[in-house]
Amino acid sequence: MYPSAFDYFRPSSVEEVVKLLQENPEGKIIAGGHSLLPMMKLRLAAPASLIDIGKVAGIDGVRSENGGVVFGARTTYDQIMKSDVVQQTLPIAVEAAGVVGDIQVRNRGTIGGSIAHADPAADFPAVLLAVDAKVNATGPNGQRTIGIDDFFVDMFTTSLEPEEIVTEISVANPAARTGMAYEKFAHPASGYAIVGVAASVTLGEDGNVSAARIAVTGAGPIAVRANGTESALIGQAPTAENVKAAAQKASDGMTFLGDIHAGEEYRAHLTRVFTERAINKAVERAKG
Amino acid sequence: MAVSSPFGSSIKRREDPRLITGAGHYTDDVRLPGMLTMSILRSPHAHARITNIDTSTAKAMPGVVAIYTGADLVDLVAPVPCAWQPKDSDIKVPEYRPLAVDTVRYVGDGVAAVVAEDMYTARDAAAAIDVTYETLPAVVKQLDAMEAGAPQLYENVPNNVAFHFHLGGGDVDAAFQNADLTFKQRIVNQRLIPNAMETRGAVASYQRGSNELTLWSTTQNPHIVRFLMSLCTNIPETNIRVLSQDVGGGFGSKIPMYAGEMIASVVSKELLRPIKWIEDRSENYVATTHGRDHVDDVEVAAMSDGRVVGLKVTAYANMGAYLSTAAPGVPTWLFSVMLGGTYDIRNVSSDVYGVLTNTTPTDAYRGAGRPEATYIIERVMDLVARKLNLDPLEVRRKNFIQPADFPYSIASGAIAYDSGDYEKTLNRAIEMVDYTALRKEQEEARANGRFFGIGFSTYIEVCGLAPSAAAGAMGFGGGLYESAVVRVHPTAKVTVLTGINPQGQGEGTTFAQLVSDELGVPVEDVEIVWGDTDRVPMGWGTYGSRSTAVGGSALVYAARNVRDKMMKIGAHLLEVSPEEVVFENGNVHVKGAPDQVKSFAEVALAAYTAWNMPEGVTPGLEETYFFDPVSNTFPFGAHVCVVEIDKDSGKADVRRYVAVDDVGNVINPMIVDGQLHGGIAQGLAQAVLETAVYDDNGQLLSGTMMDYAIPKASSFPNYELDRTVTPCPFNPMGLKGVGEAGTIASTPAIMNAIIDALSPLGVEHFDMPASPQRLWQFVHEQKGN
Repeated sequence: MYPSAFDYFRPSSVEEVVKLLQENPEGKIIAGGHSLLPMMKLRLAAPASLIDIGKVAGIDGVRSENGGVVFGARTTYDQIMKSDVVQQTLPIAVEAAGVVGDIQVRNRGTIGGSIAHADPAADFPAVLLAVDAKVNATGPNGQRTIGIDDFFVDMFTTSLEPEEIVTEISVANPAARTGMAYEKFAHPASGYAIVGVAASVTLGEDGNVSAARIAVTGAGPIAVRANGTESALIGQAPTAENVKAAAQKASDGMTFLGDIHAGEEYRAHLTRVFTERAINKAVERAKG
Repeated sequence: MAVSSPFGSSIKRREDPRLITGAGHYTDDVRLPGMLTMSILRSPHAHARITNIDTSTAKAMPGVVAIYTGADLVDLVAPVPCAWQPKDSDIKVPEYRPLAVDTVRYVGDGVAAVVAEDMYTARDAAAAIDVTYETLPAVVKQLDAMEAGAPQLYENVPNNVAFHFHLGGGDVDAAFQNADLTFKQRIVNQRLIPNAMETRGAVASYQRGSNELTLWSTTQNPHIVRFLMSLCTNIPETNIRVLSQDVGGGFGSKIPMYAGEMIASVVSKELLRPIKWIEDRSENYVATTHGRDHVDDVEVAAMSDGRVVGLKVTAYANMGAYLSTAAPGVPTWLFSVMLGGTYDIRNVSSDVYGVLTNTTPTDAYRGAGRPEATYIIERVMDLVARKLNLDPLEVRRKNFIQPADFPYSIASGAIAYDSGDYEKTLNRAIEMVDYTALRKEQEEARANGRFFGIGFSTYIEVCGLAPSAAAGAMGFGGGLYESAVVRVHPTAKVTVLTGINPQGQGEGTTFAQLVSDELGVPVEDVEIVWGDTDRVPMGWGTYGSRSTAVGGSALVYAARNVRDKMMKIGAHLLEVSPEEVVFENGNVHVKGAPDQVKSFAEVALAAYTAWNMPEGVTPGLEETYFFDPVSNTFPFGAHVCVVEIDKDSGKADVRRYVAVDDVGNVINPMIVDGQLHGGIAQGLAQAVLETAVYDDNGQLLSGTMMDYAIPKASSFPNYELDRTVTPCPFNPMGLKGVGEAGTIASTPAIMNAIIDALSPLGVEHFDMPASPQRLWQFVHEQKGN
């Protein structure tokens, strides 16, 4: 477990990070390092330089702002779990952070690192898709906001430009009568999601589903919305039968990965099972 | 200085404060002046001819000191030895060069050794070596390897069969002819990766002038390493010191002699600088031996009342690409003698084929042969029950060896069980689970379409690996006695030198308890020393649950001789005859007159000042004892596992796990429970989590901890443990050994439960691993049908 040699930078501002990215096209940003370092140790990744954002000011912690929650990109899972703001307004993030890796990983791993790395089995991509997050990034041309639906492009690939850094992730406060849940079937070896499903369900005054965002991670090359399930659910009463029928559509049109623990057919099946479980739990919570 | 007997008390492990605060001293902690680091370039192909190795670029890199290829080592070191060669097995031992000379035979086979100033340089240089391979067809499964036309690993090993072993007793054919029920079942016991927390490694330091090799090696048996290293390098045994003090787990994978320490030793001799070689985890996965990997064809003859009258097993053991040090003994002797289990089966035969394939060599893994055998016989009991529509408990009761039958000679006569009361442990386990209520719960669960299963395992294992005469008869290339030195110092502190070599089993504590018990000194005054061939006279190491039964006995006898000498000296000081004194709580006093006393400290000092010794008694207070037991020990028990399988995900959850074990007398209940907890988890993990997976080309797909699923604390529930105590008659403490019991018992218990859970689908057998995917697929397909 010995990585190849690399240069190491530790900038103190976002501007410096962008400048270093421009100067080091083979460079990689490192935050908690819990995805990148294992790949480097296995020599699956060999970046020429690492830009450590551990000392960069202003990208840390959670705050409440404009009727929403803003996560600094360097906020760790542990910080998310312990944040009063998140516990009160976005408990699904606490629920999901609690099933990421182990204590050591949660102490080091960051929300920004998770989505920028775009590991197909990471937990937070699904959660952020379900809560319709917005990603703020800074690059040579200044700041821009990327909707989460446009963020994940392919396995380990996002719509970030090579010289951009994620600085914040913001989520609007959920509407009334909204329930959310994250249900995960963990890989028996790695603990990553074989399938992780995040569901956000809003019930109307009539008790029927008025809005739903369902997202699946782990099963395929990128985290995706289960569009078929969402549309099957909206306007329906959230009965067990309706949820089951909607969940059956979760695997429609998806591409699945396979490994020695879970082949494509099994992952497709688990996608449907865990979608049903996540929705049922979200509905229960929406009902209060 | 009165101390109550510490035998039987759960004192805390004395090793732990040091180990858990990071103050342990493992092989990788050894740092010597001028030390170089070595990295081994390993084959990426399962089977290939090496046509060229170009080291020029790598050699030119700054910091690279030397690079060795297989050809460079041929004159420096002998092949990796195979030291357990069962007699009458037509065994063919292929040449296992520490670095391959012209052909690589598994992914991980050594190709070149890079020696550099630091590990980063060594790794970069290894990556810069240009090896040209001509790939050859590979074969990874033992049955495929035996087929006509299969790729041949060696010209002189036809059909890749390295050996054929037979053991049998009774009249098996007649038993099958006269049986009410006969059936066949193929049972697979998949390959596992041992996963000791500390990977393997070595530091070799050859001194110019004294011509001495000091070798730190993470091994379970340093004296065996010294012995074999001397044979392989021609360095006299007097000039080799092997050190192996803190060892971070072994599970059998640190018994063998490995290429790594052999190369490090001869390279240190060549370069006259210390050489460190430490595996990383990825290297460990391919270069350290694997375990299990059997395909067993089982034939059973039974009577309609459930009595099993005949058992015939043909075992195909995947040995990997070479025969590792102890490997041939594992699927032959250690397997075949255990096939009858706790049952009185008079006609048993086994035929074992050791097959070479393009995979990492296999060798002992916790239990070593005994889990494979136990899995078979415990599955057989359930299969008989199912086929005859009997309760699996009743079938076991019908077949148990009875308490009056001991010593019990197994069908082949190869060994005799020491003592036992098998039904007693089973009855206790049944009571603990409340069997009747549990079956009722199962009935209700099944009515609701749930998969709920109850599984049993009433196991026995052969432990305390010994005696030496048996080792010789089995073709084991060494003895199986143990030595101990008990040295009382002038200040009354006690040093024990023992030939066993723990890797976490806790003998640093339990052996001190034994000494304290024998000599009446406080545990904290006793130092236990192992893992230094210059200090310890001789030893065969820690494996086969033998350390306490054999090594502990040696120290008890040595301590008793010390005590006898102390009584002579004490009596002399008290001016009475030795017959007139007693030894009590460490002191020598006149019988019936406790105030006429010489304390332990007074006698110890008197022994060393030697101012006033009795006639014929030599100065000093130190005794050496070599103990060779008359027989093995046979721990046993009854385990019950309750599982529920989630139909939707296929995941089998262990709801309850009850274990009633009989390991004879217990020195430290907490440590024994700890051994059981770890062992049970390891055995359950084989059933539902762990599997080494190769693709058809011989690439290890489960090659990292991201892919190979080892158990975590959260994987299983708390276990409910209890014990019965049947003392073993073959050692002074009456104990049997516990190192492997949990592993041996738990795999069949959970698999029997899983298969019981699936029985409404008509299934009688299901092969491991019962992973969520495989269980889901099975249930899914059954429903589809």
